[in-house]
Amino acid sequence: MTDLPDRTERKLGLVIDLDICVGCHACAVNCKEWNAGGHSGPLTDTAPYGDSPSGVWFNRIHTFEVNDPETGTGRTVHFPKSCLHCEDAPCVTVCPTGASYKREEDGIVLVNADTCIGCKLCSWACPYGAREYDETEGVMKKCTLCVDKIYNDSLPEESRVPACVSTCPVGARSFGDLGDPDSDVSRLVEARGGVALMPEQDTKPVNRYLPPRARKGPPPQEASGTSEDRAPRMLNHDSGERDGAGLIARWIDRALSN
Amino acid sequence: MHPAKSVILFTTASGAGYGLLIWLALFSATGTIAPDRGFGFAAFVLSLGLVTGGLLSSTLHLGHPERAWRAMSQWRTSWLSREGVAALLTYAPALLFAAAWVLFGTNSGIAAFLGLIAAAMALVTIYCTAMIYASLRTVHAWHNIWTRIGYMTYGLMTGAALMALTGSLWGVARLDSLLGAAIVTTALGYMVKWRYWRFIDGTSSASTAETATRLKGDVRLLEAPHTEANYLMTEMGFQIARDHSAKLRRATLVFCFAVPFVAFLLAYAAGPVLAAILTLLGTLSMAAGILVERWLFFAEAKHVVMLYYGEKTA
Repeated sequence: MTDLPDRTERKLGLVIDLDICVGCHACAVNCKEWNAGGHSGPLTDTAPYGDSPSGVWFNRIHTFEVNDPETGTGRTVHFPKSCLHCEDAPCVTVCPTGASYKREEDGIVLVNADTCIGCKLCSWACPYGAREYDETEGVMKKCTLCVDKIYNDSLPEESRVPACVSTCPVGARSFGDLGDPDSDVSRLVEARGGVALMPEQDTKPVNRYLPPRARKGPPPQEASGTSEDRAPRMLNHDSGERDGAGLIARWIDRALSN
Repeated sequence: MHPAKSVILFTTASGAGYGLLIWLALFSATGTIAPDRGFGFAAFVLSLGLVTGGLLSSTLHLGHPERAWRAMSQWRTSWLSREGVAALLTYAPALLFAAAWVLFGTNSGIAAFLGLIAAAMALVTIYCTAMIYASLRTVHAWHNIWTRIGYMTYGLMTGAALMALTGSLWGVARLDSLLGAAIVTTALGYMVKWRYWRFIDGTSSASTAETATRLKGDVRLLEAPHTEANYLMTEMGFQIARDHSAKLRRATLVFCFAVPFVAFLLAYAAGPVLAAILTLLGTLSMAAGILVERWLFFAEAKHVVMLYYGEKTA
């Protein structure tokens, strides 16, 4: 059922350290590798070797530039994003079929691919972009917190963590029970002032992000770089590109442009 | 948000169908419309045809249409599920109302009572449709009172136009009442749309690039996760023709409200033949206009997930 449990026995989730993530995308790659054959597999791709490859990924790593207007200094922050396994998961309550559910025992949010109708409403309800539509299978896919790995007795104990955690070369990702105040991850969040993303969306995410540490030493003397000479965005929405549009949309676009 | 053709067709067609059903019930209960069997048959075919066609069209965008029946099960939490249940339940009183009218030639007494139940259920269904969008905190342009008011107003407005059209083609005695309803709801529709645009133009989501990342300072996307657009960007980051939204808003004002309003007003004063032609013109214009209105409702709506893809506000 899409009723959310009043409380879950544990709150399994991730703690992501933005101070040490180097933006190597290894978490996304290993996630794809494990989950392509896991609970929600396959994670299909469309035209993987074509002009415009696309596919289902549970991890996406964004890179932001943060400018401090007071000191005029900037820094680059690599920002891995996956499902936050929210306590008040809106993606679950909007599901009309009951295919989406939040587990009472550990709080993991999952999709039953056998009953999902592929209406995409859950992806509209999620503020974080955690749910992706699998064009080939016609169902929604999402991070499972490697539910088929973390409880897998046939794996050595140290491997029973999500694929993104075990593969991170710098240890920027931690996994554990964020509902237990004495767990390693909870202590880490406490010590580093870990935060939830978009708290105003009232989703009560379980995952926490550790903000970059303050810089040591004085700021650089000369702050350079204005908005005019910044690097172009990789995907420019403002460009005149209309190739992706359908025939009718392109015709309307041309008619209105005159 | 990506304006899916099936959803635009569904929300406009079913809204008009339910609106027509509501007016059939109201004009029956007040004794305004005589139970002419031919008129009743045409009106019910039009109303239930639009509703059914709309519902079927809504399943077209599903990944698994054959599993659509499962969508009835989660009415306790899901507005989409509630809409499905309400839509299905509306058929029972609506078909009984239609049967009483068409088969037994009555639209008063128990028939009118059944009609009013069907009308109430139809209104509930439109409300559920609106709530599918209005309940999404992620889309500021939808998560407000105007979404609910809008969907119900446009259901009643397009329904009133169809009611006046059917009535004028059949030459019903009290066409002035039918046209009056169409004129009033068209004016109301214009006011609601104007207030809605003023709301979405003047406000934005509490979420920003800064709350999305919780980074201190001015946050801007330096590098996207990948070179190509992904599902999230095509579904939630719809941009094509948004720069045309001013033109399309004008088209909405003209076709959805201005032309129908004037046409119905002239029809009110005209003789029966001219009234039928003018009502047909007004209704056709409104049909085109409401499609543009609904297209804009999706295309202009920004989703907070795009804050991770370079947007500063949502």
